[in-house]
Amino acid sequence: MIKARLHKILKGSHGVLPLDVDIQFEQGSFNALFGPSGAGKTSTLRMLSGLLSPDSGKITNHNEVWFDSEKSVNLSAGKRNIGYLFQDLALFPNMSIRQNLQYASGKNPNNALIAELLRLTELESLADQKPDVLSGGQAKRAALVRALAQEPQLLLLDEPFTALDQKLRLEFQDHLLQLHSRFGFSVILVSHDLPEVCKLAAHVWVLDNGSIIKSGAPTVVFGLDRSDKQVTVLAQVIAKTATGLIVSANGQQFEIKTDHTNDKYALGSWVPVGLPTDSAILLESKK
Amino acid sequence: MLSLNSVNWDPLLLTLKLAILTTILLLLVAIPVGYWLAYSKTKLKPFVTVLISMPLVLPPTVLGFYFLIAFSPNNAFGAWLDSVLGLRLVFSFSGLVIASMLYGLPFMVHPVLAGFKSLPPQYKEASKLMGRSRLDTLRQVLLPNMKPALLSGLVLTFAHTLGEFGVVLMIGGAIPEKTRVASIAIYEEVEKLNFGQAHLYSLVLFLISFVILFWVYTRGAKNWGRFGK
Repeated sequence: MIKARLHKILKGSHGVLPLDVDIQFEQGSFNALFGPSGAGKTSTLRMLSGLLSPDSGKITNHNEVWFDSEKSVNLSAGKRNIGYLFQDLALFPNMSIRQNLQYASGKNPNNALIAELLRLTELESLADQKPDVLSGGQAKRAALVRALAQEPQLLLLDEPFTALDQKLRLEFQDHLLQLHSRFGFSVILVSHDLPEVCKLAAHVWVLDNGSIIKSGAPTVVFGLDRSDKQVTVLAQVIAKTATGLIVSANGQQFEIKTDHTNDKYALGSWVPVGLPTDSAILLESKK
Repeated sequence: MLSLNSVNWDPLLLTLKLAILTTILLLLVAIPVGYWLAYSKTKLKPFVTVLISMPLVLPPTVLGFYFLIAFSPNNAFGAWLDSVLGLRLVFSFSGLVIASMLYGLPFMVHPVLAGFKSLPPQYKEASKLMGRSRLDTLRQVLLPNMKPALLSGLVLTFAHTLGEFGVVLMIGGAIPEKTRVASIAIYEEVEKLNFGQAHLYSLVLFLISFVILFWVYTRGAKNWGRFGK
């Protein structure tokens, strides 16, 4: 189990934000850190990984102490064995995809594992190409398997699905789930996309303004658990009217009334919508 | 009429030797200095940056004058070099190399520093998270991805050293086969009204510089990309 209690005063373009985060999770679990931009999600990942030092706090992994401000312990990032998928991927342009994985794997690269990772993500035929010839989806997959080539016990994903269209997103999510069940590493996924969090994570922390305001299973946290008379689905806001919103869910459009001002709903954002169970339609997901 | 057999090639060969040595040694110095300037957070940085940039604005004679004083065996530092290390840097080729290196410092350090800064910080962080050492990161990730910057540092330093005059004159004098480089030789030949010889040295320097710069601006960056894989 990894336990982290982190405190840091973040200074950014939006001013000063005190970040206070207390989280813990089991080995092999799939977790998400959800919240709006500027809430401190990326800083939390960086502190866990050792790229950023908390002002105070403690991080332990089983009996191993990674960080303890009281005892001045700060295990360097390279010794925590964490795979990290950066928002802008950071594939090394001078190396082929295979060489990127070999470099990550260490001085004596585990070539059997590398071959398996490339096969699972359908990158075998591109393995000897440089990153600059890859498409967006291929580059993401390559960066994901590079982060796994070092056989990490924890994988940190910083908004991995941005800049991918819906089809590539779903493909990438499937690859991620497949790799997770195959190798059993723990995951923390940073995201501000509700459907993604609900699909992938078993546990979510909702971070707002530097503090965790909710925590638990995504369906419970976001009020998506099913009652007898209605089912809650996620819908995307596609238009606003004087009295409510037009939303789209499962390929259908609904007009819903809002009980207060609809200014807080941005176009394109996801909102939970309750539908009577008899009107809910299960659509086959198309591959 | 000048016949090629009677030409004294020594100044040109000496110039090439000086430029090659200075460039190679300076690259080895500029990589750690540039790395430190790019990534260190010390408050000394502006001070060091200014010091390194001084040769860009100072007349070469000022530097030459201070080298002369510092390296002279009549003064403490020069005497220490002479007695402890057996180094006589005034009016010697090794003195010329050291002076050229100091004088060429900004021409190598600035491009190398710009190269480090052009790389996304995530390269270094990713390599660190993989448990790789700083030296591995530098050799396998950072330097190979900043080849154009390294190339421009090498070329600028080489071309600049070819044309150096003031510093060389002050500290090296004009001792044939030791410190009489082409730029000095041209000056001396002109003073002796030996225009043929001066023409030849000038033309060779002009052509070498032209070819180097032409290569850099047309094919250089591309060719360099294929090296060192």
